[in-house]
Amino acid sequence: MNAPSHHPAAVRTTCPYCGVGCGVLAKPDGRGGATVSGDPAHPANFGRLCSKGSALGETLSLEGRLLHPMVRMPDNGLARISWDNALDKVANGFRSIIDQHGPDSVAFYLSGQLLTEDYYVANKLMKGFVGTANVDTNSRLCMASSVAGHRRAFGADTVPGTYEDLDEADLLVLVGSNAAWCHPVLYQRMIANKRERGAKIVVIDPRRTMTAEDADLFLPVAPGTDTALFAGLLVHLADTYALDYGYIDSYTTDFENALARARSIAPDITTTATATGLAPQDVARFFQLFARTEKTVTAFSQGVNQSAQGTDKVDAIINCHLATGRIGKPGTGPFSLTGQPNAMGGREVGGLANQLAAHMGFTPADIDRVGRFWQAPAMSQTEGHKAVAMFDAIAHGEIKALWVMATNPAVSLPRAGFVRDALSKLELFVVSENVLSNDTVQAGAHILLPAAAWGEKDGTVTNSERRISRQRPFLTLPGEAKPDWWMVAEVAKRLGFGEAFAYRGVADVFREHAALSAFENNGTRDFDIGGLANVSGPEFNALEPIMWPVRTEDSSTDTRFFAKGGFFTSDRKARFIAPEKPAPRMAVTTNFPFRLNTGRVRDQWHTMTRTGLSPRLGSHSPEPFVEVHPDDLTKANLTNGGFARITTPYGSCLLKVTASAGQRPGSLFVPIHWSAETASSARVGELVNPHTDPFSGQPEVKATPAAIVAVDFAYRGFALGRTAIPLPQPTWWARVTVTGGTGYLLATNDAPERWQERARALFPDCELAEYIDGPRGLYRIAAFREGRLEGCLFVGPAAHAPQWDSVKALFEMEAIEDMQRRMLLSGKPADGIAEIGPVICACFGVGLNTIREALASGAATNVETIGQALRAGTNCGSCLPELKRIVHDRVPQPV
Amino acid sequence: MSEPLVVIGNGMAAARFVEELGKRALGRYAVAVVGEEPHLAYNRVLLSSVLAREVPASDIQLKPARWWRDRGVTLLYGKKAVAIDPAIRRVKLANGATLPYSKLVLATGSNPILLNVPGMNLPGVLTFRDLADVAAIAAVGQGKKAVVIGGGLLGLEAAYGLAKAGAKVSVVHLMDRLMERQLDLRAAALLKRAVEAKGVTVHLNGDTAGIFGSKHAEAVVLKDGRRIEADIVVVAVGIRANAALAHGAGLVVDRGIVVDDHLQTSLADIHAIGECAEHRRICYGLVEPAYEQARVLARRLSGDDKAAYTGSVLATNLKVSGVNVFSAGDFLGAPGTEQVVLSDPGLDSYKKLVIADGRLVGVVLYGDTADGLWYLDLIQSNASIDKIRDELVFGRALVERIAA
Repeated sequence: MNAPSHHPAAVRTTCPYCGVGCGVLAKPDGRGGATVSGDPAHPANFGRLCSKGSALGETLSLEGRLLHPMVRMPDNGLARISWDNALDKVANGFRSIIDQHGPDSVAFYLSGQLLTEDYYVANKLMKGFVGTANVDTNSRLCMASSVAGHRRAFGADTVPGTYEDLDEADLLVLVGSNAAWCHPVLYQRMIANKRERGAKIVVIDPRRTMTAEDADLFLPVAPGTDTALFAGLLVHLADTYALDYGYIDSYTTDFENALARARSIAPDITTTATATGLAPQDVARFFQLFARTEKTVTAFSQGVNQSAQGTDKVDAIINCHLATGRIGKPGTGPFSLTGQPNAMGGREVGGLANQLAAHMGFTPADIDRVGRFWQAPAMSQTEGHKAVAMFDAIAHGEIKALWVMATNPAVSLPRAGFVRDALSKLELFVVSENVLSNDTVQAGAHILLPAAAWGEKDGTVTNSERRISRQRPFLTLPGEAKPDWWMVAEVAKRLGFGEAFAYRGVADVFREHAALSAFENNGTRDFDIGGLANVSGPEFNALEPIMWPVRTEDSSTDTRFFAKGGFFTSDRKARFIAPEKPAPRMAVTTNFPFRLNTGRVRDQWHTMTRTGLSPRLGSHSPEPFVEVHPDDLTKANLTNGGFARITTPYGSCLLKVTASAGQRPGSLFVPIHWSAETASSARVGELVNPHTDPFSGQPEVKATPAAIVAVDFAYRGFALGRTAIPLPQPTWWARVTVTGGTGYLLATNDAPERWQERARALFPDCELAEYIDGPRGLYRIAAFREGRLEGCLFVGPAAHAPQWDSVKALFEMEAIEDMQRRMLLSGKPADGIAEIGPVICACFGVGLNTIREALASGAATNVETIGQALRAGTNCGSCLPELKRIVHDRVPQPV
Repeated sequence: MSEPLVVIGNGMAAARFVEELGKRALGRYAVAVVGEEPHLAYNRVLLSSVLAREVPASDIQLKPARWWRDRGVTLLYGKKAVAIDPAIRRVKLANGATLPYSKLVLATGSNPILLNVPGMNLPGVLTFRDLADVAAIAAVGQGKKAVVIGGGLLGLEAAYGLAKAGAKVSVVHLMDRLMERQLDLRAAALLKRAVEAKGVTVHLNGDTAGIFGSKHAEAVVLKDGRRIEADIVVVAVGIRANAALAHGAGLVVDRGIVVDDHLQTSLADIHAIGECAEHRRICYGLVEPAYEQARVLARRLSGDDKAAYTGSVLATNLKVSGVNVFSAGDFLGAPGTEQVVLSDPGLDSYKKLVIADGRLVGVVLYGDTADGLWYLDLIQSNASIDKIRDELVFGRALVERIAA
């Protein structure tokens, strides 16, 4: 073994999951893996990591990775092609469609998983050189309403505060945020504040999530009514003289208008309580807490954003902070907790259809400025299609070519079924990806481009507090994988824009991005990292986490915005916004009497293409489920632990039913993570309505009217395999990574005999051990190849579903002992069961090990005493010669 | 003065009977054991091991001469009893001598059945019953062709021994599977594979038409035309109770010497045990019932009037061709019964439980037979197995651990 000093040092990089943007130390093991720990020096996490981040080391395998460019063949299969060939095909395809149908016939759909540099190059090509703003991103599903809310109020997409405000606040209001699971490291900072400084925590959420567990006050608000609560709060603040008129007068406009609208929505506590479905005393308590606590941070997430009135919700919150002047000062402010690792970077670049670049929009001045900076021949002049509209445009043939980067829209977009069908209509469908297969690839991608993954990527990301951190590579690029920015630049060259895309490396891209942010800025735009425009290669490599703005090379970092105004509107004043009266876009009906809410579980991320590789993470919530309030369970005739079909006007899913008193009566909660790759029928995106916010274009993914009906399965079970197991239709299944392979939890109406017929097809080329108790409905097989456990299948009556723990433990082992193998199909551990060894005395079932033990312990010394002690040899006597030999060579030997 | 007790037969049942009697009533009887074979009693079960040269013939003796002597037993081996005269309570030997008895125990065992087909009397056609047979079979040299007729326990043991001794062995069996009286289809198929793995060729559904040969057996010919070359032929198609003496003495004999639950024949003071006896219309062909009968009879003759033999549960617990097999009760599974099956070819293991009304009624074990007797106890106890059914086939250790 090498001495420790020969191991490469840990690489400082950034976690690829949520918007907290934790620093990670990755120590490669030299075999393609790495050990991962939190970076104590990173100001987002100071060494802490959540369960997902801690398990990153388990997600680095190349299993299922896309390693070469591939092209769809006429037989629908995929074939490997060269990079040159693939890039030519992409460029020629885009060129011919643009020539024939114009630049708006092509689109890019990007991702908050991309690095800023990838985003920048993609955005530049489309908006400056192709000449279309059809560049949108999955951030549209995530925090577009925050962007729009910020821009309406502040004149720019500015997060005013920093994470330190969470440490310093005396009141933390969490709205539509299950931070305990979705931003765990930040949540722990808040909990530390509560513990050490006595900060109060108020959680506002229709669902009693884990975040509510530590709250001082939990407000189970009716879905979609947050605006009423914050309108009521604004009225209360006004009526109790808790406003900061100095701030309002000096730095804002339109207050009276907003207050008047607030009064019309929620004139008093009683009305507020009625409108929000809350108890009046809880509303009053919240209002009082807010009114009297100067240092208040209101942090919000997807519960606010993912709404057809998300922008209004954001502004209703911001209104209360502007009205109290609680913004830009330590321990105060509205705080958008972004979902993705680089949603913020995408926003900075302008990788959204309604932004141009570097926090500039589609004003003539901005278009002109960016056009001059890029020396671009074909600046797009108007906003492009936002995500939901983009796929509508694909469906009706307006957009004919699409490049999807690092995201899985066939799972995540509303009406995912419709989206999948739309994708199949594209003339050119390019996907740059890490994985060889996901629902989007399966929707018919024509060209697959192997993209660098986390651990291989090189560039920057920005977290929720505007802090730019490096994602550094610590693994070599596998196969022919390449960074996304390189692919786009290569396509740009082939489209004739070589000069503008002649980046020698990622640092070139970063410097250009930084220079654009500072170009003719002079403090007029919030986003300015001009101080980094001249970093050298080594400086870029060594770049410490840094918070923007960085206007000059020596400007100080860690700044807040707006304590003394300085908004980015034309008059530098913030705008109070008068929100619409809140109501979910679609009403529940008799056919669809429930409201379907969606969200995350603790240990999975997005569509599981990375977290799904970790056995540890998979064990927390292995099956897709629907959470139902116990009262609704009874009303809808559902069984806790049973199954149900959830239907909306857009699609249906078949999920496990989990009773939860934390669920709001009348609401259903379904997690977003499962796809056709990981479950038979759990792609909740298919159920979600396509209504969007008029300002942000963000869809209302948490409030679709739905119906739920119990579905009975006669049998349930599980399967384990070293590789994927071809389960027959129409089995209900959910796939989860386990140590050593893949696990499936399943439900079926097929009787054991049917499974017995299929056993061989499920585990080809294997020797099958089999257990069958037909009358009890039990069927189990274990498949072996050369003595190694290759897989197993357990099926049993649904009421007594077989448990997989002890079988999984054996499956994880490299080799199992005979006794363990003999007990395997019992589903119970072999612990404490002695291996008796080969049976010597058949009459009394006495084994070699037992006999040797008796000899070793002195309980027997010869054939006769063996007979007395163990009865061996005392019946038919046919084993006596063997017993004699065993006594003779009593030197203990391994069996 | 001790009562004279004569045992006719010097096999396993006789030896066990003397042993059991010796434990209880040594000295009450003057025991004489008359045996036709010129050996001390030996373990017949080991004959195939002797044939296979795994065990020397000298090692299969059940008890040494001193053991008999120590118990005061008069051993008359190599002596054939030719008649019994119940009226005067005497046994007549071939040499003309007579032995008086006050109690007589018949343990005359059984004789191999021969087929009623042409060629049975040809030289080279042998049976597999005693040490003399083993010696005759063993005289066949390495690489010679041997055909065993009969795929039951005895035939397979002979085939195993022959194969181990270096012969090219074929087994001809009348039925569609081996050991059909002890094994179900699946266990029989596994056994066939194991037998074949030892180099034995198995011909199922083979109805012997005759043995062909001019001066010596040359081939076995089957009714369907198959012809199997043979240097020797071993006939092991079954046994028949050896009841000739009893018959001659006027005892009631059906398929065997009929005995009651006291193991008494139709005449007072004359008893029969082992393969020669027929109890409740059953002639047992296995060692276990013979030992049970020996024990019961020994108790009765020691004055225990309560001792009774009510029959043995049909359990087969054997090592065949190196493979352990166990079966008991309704192992085939009558209509209306339920089955639980566990099999693992990699461990050479197959287990089937037959359950009726929540009770274990039958079992077949192939390979892993360690829990055979435990299952047998469960069958005999007639206890409900509902609560342990899910663990039952995995064996006693798991059931007891879960219960603990």
